[in-house]
Amino acid sequence: MNPIFILARMTFVQAIRRKIVLTGLLLGVCFLLVFSIGFHMVYATSFSPPNISEATGIQHIIDAEKSSGLFLAGLYAVTFLGIAMAALLGADTLAGEINSGTIQVIVTKPIRRSDVVFGKWLGFAGLLVLYLLLLAGGTTLSILVQSGYMAPHLLAGLALIYLESLVVMTVAMLFSSRFSALATGGVVFGLYGLAFIGGWIEQIGAVLNSQTAVQVGILTSLIIPSESLWRRAAYEMQSPLSGLLGISPFGASSVPSLLMVAYAVVYLLAVLALTVRVFQQRDL
Amino acid sequence: MPLAPAIETNELRKVFGDNAAVKSLTLQIQQGEVFGFLGPNGAGKTTSIKMLVGLIAPSSGTASLLGAPLGDLKTRARIGFLPEHFRFQDWLSAHEFLSLHGNLFGMERNRLSARIDELLERVGLSDFRDKALVTFSKGMLQRIGLAQALLNSPALVFLDEPTSGLDPVGRILVRDIIRELRGQGTCVFLNSHLLSEIEVTCDRVAFISHGEVIRLLELATLDTGQVTVTLRVAGLSIETASGLSAWADAIQLDGNCLTLTAHNEETLPEINRYLVTHGVSVYEIAPKHVSLEELFIETVGKEGGL
Repeated sequence: MNPIFILARMTFVQAIRRKIVLTGLLLGVCFLLVFSIGFHMVYATSFSPPNISEATGIQHIIDAEKSSGLFLAGLYAVTFLGIAMAALLGADTLAGEINSGTIQVIVTKPIRRSDVVFGKWLGFAGLLVLYLLLLAGGTTLSILVQSGYMAPHLLAGLALIYLESLVVMTVAMLFSSRFSALATGGVVFGLYGLAFIGGWIEQIGAVLNSQTAVQVGILTSLIIPSESLWRRAAYEMQSPLSGLLGISPFGASSVPSLLMVAYAVVYLLAVLALTVRVFQQRDL
Repeated sequence: MPLAPAIETNELRKVFGDNAAVKSLTLQIQQGEVFGFLGPNGAGKTTSIKMLVGLIAPSSGTASLLGAPLGDLKTRARIGFLPEHFRFQDWLSAHEFLSLHGNLFGMERNRLSARIDELLERVGLSDFRDKALVTFSKGMLQRIGLAQALLNSPALVFLDEPTSGLDPVGRILVRDIIRELRGQGTCVFLNSHLLSEIEVTCDRVAFISHGEVIRLLELATLDTGQVTVTLRVAGLSIETASGLSAWADAIQLDGNCLTLTAHNEETLPEINRYLVTHGVSVYEIAPKHVSLEELFIETVGKEGGL
């Protein structure tokens, strides 16, 4: 068997057995419960009853808008949970194993150091896809069952959210290959926060027609394109009407272009390549 | 065609910042040899091993293992390594752990399966094959670590302090395993502080200090001929004692206790005869060979490592 797959499997099993994922799953299930109950209460009190025949077309549109807004708010929380999981997995992996010394009996086997990086990356990528599918799927299903609402371009949106979590996980692995897990966690959440603030500056700038603010936002997206991927995902999945209405807390008014999505893919690959290089040159 | 040396290093050097952890290591160790690596703490032993197994890149110098340059993947499949501060994937069971490492060695499934059973039996952990390593004692971890290092039936195995966590029974086990390895023609590179272990298992030792070999010794010729002897005597005068200088040096008389260093073991009966004919009562003659420990102190100095 290819050593990359052996290590990917090991990484996957390790994360599950070491309870990081279990904790994440518990949090995720709690979130889904709270979200479903919350949605149910909103639905019961403010949506037009489905059996009332005089419910007008306008009311249905408004109901769909409410569902869309709540759906995006839910997915925003899902994205954040995914990012937190990605950052934690990536931050601990190389730094933790270098610190404990378990890496010593791995890298002295007849494998390349790049195999270790790729194997771990693949293992986490597998975990994250399952985690996001569970949470995003649960959120979508909860709304679909209760109100019959289904967001447009769901798969494209989820793919972008997944790409965002991969970007964060890969950046965490890069820092983890050189610094301690704690320092890595700090840096990654700091970068994520920077992108978050940058995203807001860009959105507000777009509404106020401030070109400088938009450029600041784009600059932070170049440093780490996580928030811009979320905004593109929100743009894909929002209802056409809310797109027209402009700024919303969980939607997107200044929409990152597809070029930014392509940039994020190139960015991810470059960070992964740099991780391999740093790890290859590191004394263990 | 003669076998390539198991380990050959030429002025291997590692510098961390301003500090040369290994100054200049030049060694040649033959295949099938059991080689002891001795030195005080901080002498650069572990750094040397780490360079050889590919954990640390040398700052300069060259080295080869089994005839191939460091880092050669095909050669690594023939090398085993037990690190000093062994920490393993403790969320795995003993069997899963060995299975993972066997797979990383690229071992074929059937061979690996048989080898795991064989090694678990050999290190006395057959009853614990499905227990998670997190429940293992330090000694059990050391044993499973040793099994890990031997999975691929290596031609060369590095053991960095293999007995540090072991009780006397475990130490005897390691000693026996090293002897078996020698019997199979495996070269063992042993780094240990337990000089008595080295003394009984190694063919050759290198004393290193500040990352340089300061003395190489064949343990078969450890006996330099000289014997330090302690005698319990009565009625020995200073004059009679000084007459012993014909056969011995470093003569000291302390009450009834006489110590001296005889030129060789054959002189002991003559010393006894001399004392008896001079009216001395001899109650005990206890010869003591020079131990590795004494040589260590003599070579490395009493201050040891810092």
